[in-house]
Amino acid sequence: MNALKTLGYILALPVLLVLIWWASTLGAVNFFVPTPAALVGTFGEVWFGPRFFSDVLPSVGRLLIGVVAAIIIGVVGGVLIGSIKWLRALLEPTLEFFRAIPPPVLVPVLILLMGITDSMKVAVIISGCVWPVLLNTIEGVRAVDGVLSDSAHTYGIDGWARVRYLVLPSASPQIMAGVRQSLSLGLILMVISEMFASSSGLGFTIVQFQRSFAIPEMWSGIVVLGLLGVAMSFIFQWAERNILRWYHGQKEVENAA
Amino acid sequence: MGRDRRPVRRLPAKQLLGLAGIVGFLGTWELIPRLGIINERFLPPASEVILALLRDFGLTAFWIAVGETMMAWFLGLVIAVTLAVLLGFVIGSSDFLRKATNSTVEFLRPIPSVALIPLAVLLFGVKIESSLMLITYAAFWQVLIQVLYGVADVDMVANNTAKTYGLGRMARIRYVVFPTALPYLMTGVRLAATVALVLAITAELVIGSPGLGREIALAQSGGAISGMYALVLATGLIGVLINVLMRFIEKKTLSWHSSVRSEVIV
Repeated sequence: MNALKTLGYILALPVLLVLIWWASTLGAVNFFVPTPAALVGTFGEVWFGPRFFSDVLPSVGRLLIGVVAAIIIGVVGGVLIGSIKWLRALLEPTLEFFRAIPPPVLVPVLILLMGITDSMKVAVIISGCVWPVLLNTIEGVRAVDGVLSDSAHTYGIDGWARVRYLVLPSASPQIMAGVRQSLSLGLILMVISEMFASSSGLGFTIVQFQRSFAIPEMWSGIVVLGLLGVAMSFIFQWAERNILRWYHGQKEVENAA
Repeated sequence: MGRDRRPVRRLPAKQLLGLAGIVGFLGTWELIPRLGIINERFLPPASEVILALLRDFGLTAFWIAVGETMMAWFLGLVIAVTLAVLLGFVIGSSDFLRKATNSTVEFLRPIPSVALIPLAVLLFGVKIESSLMLITYAAFWQVLIQVLYGVADVDMVANNTAKTYGLGRMARIRYVVFPTALPYLMTGVRLAATVALVLAITAELVIGSPGLGREIALAQSGGAISGMYALVLATGLIGVLINVLMRFIEKKTLSWHSSVRSEVIV
């Protein structure tokens, strides 16, 4: 009975919304909004075929490479900069400025420097995603508990062991908050780099549909991006729960960013 | 906390180091094209770009573009915050609504706002409305989620006390719920302000609605390379200014609240 209630809470509103959508497109034929049935049909037709391999997989691959690279660079750099006091003072203002630059403006810059290539798109994703991870890691490393730090020092825990068992765990909630931000940023940058200059990929295809007024196809592309976003957010939540299992009192709020 | 107490004397040294960092960065940038590591055609030296930026400051066209970008940013942010605060308080104050909307919110929130670009172009063309649609969608969730958390954080004892003293529903929202939710709200607004700028520039860059982003795209396709870098620097400066402004507003509105320490991340 209780499970049924929970299910009801989860499904009621979405079902209601789809019904409203369905009812409102039933009578009049609206050029801009396809019926749910038409959308589902087009969706299968457009995306389960060669396009899946030529457009969707490469896009997702670039996104993965970019985000993973950004996380690695961000964490390594963050631990380094966060642990060395003078380095932090030296670099912080410059890094803050880089973070303040809206990442999409780097698309034209990187096109100029690297040409319209796959590595350009990966570079765009890295150059945008690295800042939240980097700056949050620096903050997290800096906030390592002083007592713990001194104890570790007294016990002669230094170098790699110190990073592995003291610095990374205590900075991890902050790092995860940064990762969450960079995931959604990565998806945005992937789409933009393809919309701006490309001949393949999800972003390119969707813009193509829009320009040729293939409206149901365009909507189905929007749905694909939506599903990608939702899938990434679920994977992230799962990973976060596992990585931060030890972190009691973890508040969703802190990571809502 | 305790560790940062002493900087009265150390502060200048820290700022000097930061300044040295900036100078060092500009110096490296200056040297890379000058030594021919990257062709000057693709990466002009720093001095040239800064000159171009200074030249931009004297041009009306530049300020018009800045004005258009800031207009889209401001309007989008205001619309998003208003909607999110209204909906957030309504949904947040009812247990039933919160449970019923949870799945929908969690599903809609991760949808990247750039997915709406084609739709915005179809509906509004290359006008400010396109930018507004993207900005509002992106900024809305940042604020809504924070307001929901904020409203949920209300102290039951305080709320019941207010009830006992005969405060009505509106009065309780004004004097109990609102102050509790305000710090959360401000965090949401600060995040939303950054996101809104990113989306404003993106819309201009990709769709071509008027503003700095479009100027950057034009400069790039027109081969005005130092001009393009100058505009990129300008967007960075605007980003810094918005950050400083939002921190200032946050500090002012929350001066009564103990959270003006460092509870918020980012």
